[in-house]
Amino acid sequence: MTTRDIEDLLRRLAPQVLAALVRRYGNFEAAEDAVQEALLAAATRWPAGGLPDRPDGWLITVASRKLTDQFRSEQASRQRAERIAAGTPHDELVAAPADAEEPGADDTLTLLLLCCHPSLTAPSQIALTLRAVGGLTTAEIAKAFLVPESTMAQRISRAKQRIKASGAEFHPPPPAERAERTRAVLHVLYLIFNEGYTASSGPDLQRAELTGEAIRLTRTVRELLPDDGEVAGLLALMLLIEARRAARTRPDGGLVPLAEQDRTRWRRASIAEGIALISETLPRARLGPYQLQAAIAAVHAEAARAEDTDWPQILGLYRLLEDFDPNPIVTLNEAVAVAMVHGPEAGLALLAPLDDQLSGHHRLHAVRAHLHEMAGDHEAAVAGYRTAATLTTSIPEQQYLRACAARLTP
Amino acid sequence: MKYLIMIYSNPETWEHPMFLRHPDFLALPESERAELARQGDALFAEIVESGELVDGVALADPATSRTARVRDGAPAITDGPYLEAKEQLAGYFVVDCETQERATEIASRFPDARLGAVEVRPIMGMSGQEM
Repeated sequence: MTTRDIEDLLRRLAPQVLAALVRRYGNFEAAEDAVQEALLAAATRWPAGGLPDRPDGWLITVASRKLTDQFRSEQASRQRAERIAAGTPHDELVAAPADAEEPGADDTLTLLLLCCHPSLTAPSQIALTLRAVGGLTTAEIAKAFLVPESTMAQRISRAKQRIKASGAEFHPPPPAERAERTRAVLHVLYLIFNEGYTASSGPDLQRAELTGEAIRLTRTVRELLPDDGEVAGLLALMLLIEARRAARTRPDGGLVPLAEQDRTRWRRASIAEGIALISETLPRARLGPYQLQAAIAAVHAEAARAEDTDWPQILGLYRLLEDFDPNPIVTLNEAVAVAMVHGPEAGLALLAPLDDQLSGHHRLHAVRAHLHEMAGDHEAAVAGYRTAATLTTSIPEQQYLRACAARLTP
Repeated sequence: MKYLIMIYSNPETWEHPMFLRHPDFLALPESERAELARQGDALFAEIVESGELVDGVALADPATSRTARVRDGAPAITDGPYLEAKEQLAGYFVVDCETQERATEIASRFPDARLGAVEVRPIMGMSGQEM
């Protein structure tokens, strides 16, 4: 096994081992730390010493030992350590337990639901999910989010304290809350994906790996919830968007808009998988926003050239999406589709009511400028691109928008 | 989203934390001074604990500053800060917040905001969405 294989194995086992520990000792906060230590120990030892017979049993044993060591060393926790030590057969602490519980697959889902608990802020949900379920180290997560390790460690420890304070336990949520809590997990996975996808190449490579991690975790959720159409929709959406990665930036990091991308550079395997997935999901599952977004991405992916895009179909999908999830960003995208089907004036009319909510948002000005450009009103287009360039906080977006303005300036 | 929080101050004597030396602060009754100092400490603890604080520094007296200019290929170094303003940059914090509203709230809770001024500006990044 290569080091890479071992890393993959460890990250696959991480949530199962953590779940087993939380089941046994009940203390999520301490168990999570102990599992991180066990993973580090394995990553150091296994490449040279070889894999143990039961990697999961080994990890559970080592993590249990770390946990009990920690309990013992904590003066305040003395009684608790005694209780655990008394309740745990000695050989279970020193050897792989013969009756090692088969950590159920459902445990991984319970863990994800806990990490995305509604009492946490989004940055905390993301950090805790990547560590506890993704098996990433705090240093790796910090690097991906471009913050110091101490800041990320703080977010993780705060997340664990919040979970404790909220009284949430390692149980599946009650059926009434299940759908909503699952949506929260999907949203966190989507945010992780987006962090990685919007990262450019070069110095941001570590960030870019977040897309792979988001796809891996979403695949796991799909195995656990095969009948949930939104899980399949999110996975299809990620695959279809990720397929464009190589085409979306120029070698110098400049952004290439969808219409100008070299479609021969889109990854066919990802597109085929994404299209197959959304095609078999749409007819059978309850419709939802991720499925609709995936369907839109699939229509784009099916066009060999930008001018072959089936805009009426995209417009229909955006209208359905707006019914499900009415928000100004959806309207913004819908306006582009309207312009492609009914002309730029119709698109501009759709944008008019958005000024109240989005006047400080660069995307409104960028889309409006694009539609003015389509309509041949270069003066308004230049003004819009310039406003958008002023408002964006992204350097590649700013360069792109300034170039759009310069192109139209005589 | 990361923001730079810049603390501007015009102190009689340059000593951190700046607000403690501000004449308006010194003119406050003892109880109010203590309360303001406590609020400053609490804010700092809060942004450390929340995982929002990314970085922060206190700057030395502007009298120790040097400003570099190169004109016609020749470097010209002058003593003192670039901006000859009454209020000078005293220090900064980098925070990573979910919204600009939150970053602004943090800025307005620095005791310095009551005495001098605290500016919040987004930090640009290399992430971008294709249009």
